[in-house]
Amino acid sequence: MDVVMLSRIQFGLAAGVHFIFPSLTLGLTLLVFLFEYKFYKTNEELFKTISTFFIKILGLVFALGVATGIVLEFSFGTNWAEYSRMVGDIFGAPLAAEGIFAFFLESVFLGVLLFARNKVSKKVYLLSAFLVFFGSHLSGLWIIIANSWMQTPAGFAIEGGRAVLTDFWAAALNPSTLVRFIHVIIAGWISGSLFAAGVAAWYIIKQQHTKEAQNILKTAIIVFCIMSLVQFASGHLHAVQVTNLQPEKMATFEALWQTQQGAPMSIIGIPVESEKKTYFEIKIPKLLSLLAYFDPNAEVKGRDAFPEDELPPVLLPYFSYHVMIGLGSLFALMSLIALFLLLKKKLFTAQWFLYVLMFAIPLPIIANEFGWIAAEVGRQPWAVYKVLKTVDAVSTVVPATHVLLSLIIFSLIYLLLVVLFITILVKIIKKGPQAESY
Amino acid sequence: MDISVYQNIWFFIIGFLLTAYSILDGFDLGIASLMPALAKNEKEQKQVMDSIWPVWDGNEVWLITGGAALFAAFPFAYATVFSGFYLALMLVLFALIFRAVSMEFWYYDEKRRELWAWAFTIGSFLPSLLFGVALGNIIYGIPIDLNMNFTGSFFTLLRPFPLVIGLLGLSAILLQGCTWAAYKIEGDVARRAKALMNKLIIANAFLFILAIALSIGFLPSIVSNLSGWLGALVYAISLSYVYVCNRDNRPFNAFIGSSVSFVSLWVMAGAALYPNLVRSTIEAYNLTIFNASSTQLTLKIMFIIALIGMPVVLAYTIYVYRVFKGKVS
Repeated sequence: MDVVMLSRIQFGLAAGVHFIFPSLTLGLTLLVFLFEYKFYKTNEELFKTISTFFIKILGLVFALGVATGIVLEFSFGTNWAEYSRMVGDIFGAPLAAEGIFAFFLESVFLGVLLFARNKVSKKVYLLSAFLVFFGSHLSGLWIIIANSWMQTPAGFAIEGGRAVLTDFWAAALNPSTLVRFIHVIIAGWISGSLFAAGVAAWYIIKQQHTKEAQNILKTAIIVFCIMSLVQFASGHLHAVQVTNLQPEKMATFEALWQTQQGAPMSIIGIPVESEKKTYFEIKIPKLLSLLAYFDPNAEVKGRDAFPEDELPPVLLPYFSYHVMIGLGSLFALMSLIALFLLLKKKLFTAQWFLYVLMFAIPLPIIANEFGWIAAEVGRQPWAVYKVLKTVDAVSTVVPATHVLLSLIIFSLIYLLLVVLFITILVKIIKKGPQAESY
Repeated sequence: MDISVYQNIWFFIIGFLLTAYSILDGFDLGIASLMPALAKNEKEQKQVMDSIWPVWDGNEVWLITGGAALFAAFPFAYATVFSGFYLALMLVLFALIFRAVSMEFWYYDEKRRELWAWAFTIGSFLPSLLFGVALGNIIYGIPIDLNMNFTGSFFTLLRPFPLVIGLLGLSAILLQGCTWAAYKIEGDVARRAKALMNKLIIANAFLFILAIALSIGFLPSIVSNLSGWLGALVYAISLSYVYVCNRDNRPFNAFIGSSVSFVSLWVMAGAALYPNLVRSTIEAYNLTIFNASSTQLTLKIMFIIALIGMPVVLAYTIYVYRVFKGKVS
């Protein structure tokens, strides 16, 4: 394999493993803040116990996020040196801003949450919970700014062979930043709330920590229900944005081979790129046109509208996109059932649904991963859309053997990390909510 | 303002970030590297970890921010060094991954505590050594071609001068960790740290003199560098101060002394480099703050970001350190 492919796999692995942790962090910091707020208002020990439990989990998740995150920051220089030279004038700034404005904030105040419950006042502790929540979301914003600039670059000019910043705000608030930020944050809230709901469901099934569990489940399920439904709207807006600004990406997601009016939406199928055909396809006529342009007969560009060498591969983005949407639909369905059970006051007794919640814990993470793969592979062959191709972004001085070596070691380390993460997570959950942290 | 003003400002800001990193994460890395010598049982290992647990990830953010600032302000230097030092940096990353997770794993994975204690120590020791080796290389000069690409190999990095700088950096980090242990922890751990400190001071002094001698030999232009000599003077005074404070049982002052000595090492490194960021073995191909920087607009916006953000960061960092003041028992 060549160095470009190896570096892509390594970055994909590093980003994919990393992404598990910040998305959980987003949801967990929200829950911690909600429960701390309840504790502050009511002074009930119950909320403190619940919050401490999630803070403990947050400590583990955050440590893994830090461990896997620093790899990404180094990777732009180690594996993508030409990328760094070409777009460093623009791309480095959001990463630095993330550090200064956000990452310090969440890291420093997470220390307070983990270790200083008895050292600061209740007010300061609540404020710390808010700052960790705020910092982790602000952190997400800067990272999404950086990544969105790769999708829909703006606010720059090409001078002397490199991209040069001309308008900071245009680059930061490029056309996809906001909608992608919302989409990713909601995905994080869904991940965190379903995680909490699943854990609580397990306690209720086991008849352990029932009081805590019912409280957790109620709060988490409300967050989950609202967010799963809102995510439909945000996903829709994001899809419209992609259709307009990266049309070949949407054509690939939908395996839309030919430009057509009244384009259908592909529900399932096996797209074969070499034959430009989708086998066993189930599609809903005119739906893609309707959703993208609010007009069932609108023309949607197919892959034939673009030069061959500027098209992404089909199978992986198509598959990833559809898995993501499938899971998103499942979450919406679960939300409706949960709302129904909640209104009927049967949420805590419907055993089958408690099992569903428990086994659904990993699903949002899987949806996030596939959404990310769709977004990134769907941008190929570009590293920065229409500005820099991925093949031209790689470090020229690093031989393929070195990348292969590091890739093998990373794979082993990450496997170990994920296994240990799950093992320890299960251990903390089995121990249950307790008043003390470490 | 002229662009060169911003280029100079960013040289100093990145120097500041890395100095803060080595003072703050320096004691984390140092105490973890010394853990086999300081802690003899699990209770003492927990003391060592407790002394840094609430603050270590905030401390590592100084590295993350320093790296990102280098990327943003001097992307050409970032690209050259990170791609050129590929294998060495991969080693640093593997190590930093383990040190980041080792405390959590040590705490929860009780059956394999010994293993995670070693992961904690080695994961801290390796970066402590390799950061200095990398810095020694960019001061000493690495083979760079016309296109700013590194043309050496992994073994290019292991020349005597950079290795001595690496050892000096390591010993400085160990001293930083040792003074932290003496200041922050009670009981046997602190006693062992106090006993170890004098040995580390001697190691630091020896490596420092060796580094100065080699610098005069290999980098003659340094001899006439006034701020470099000023740094050396401050270093000598602060190292002696650490010795005196240790003798007089004033561990907090010893820690401050060790921190000041770290600042002076960075002043010397900066003086030896400026205005270069990465020295090339062929002088014409040096990466300088002028030819490796981002454009004026980026430098200016980043400067505004730093002006707004850094004072706030410093304020709450100081506040949180005050929350955690007092000894680990």
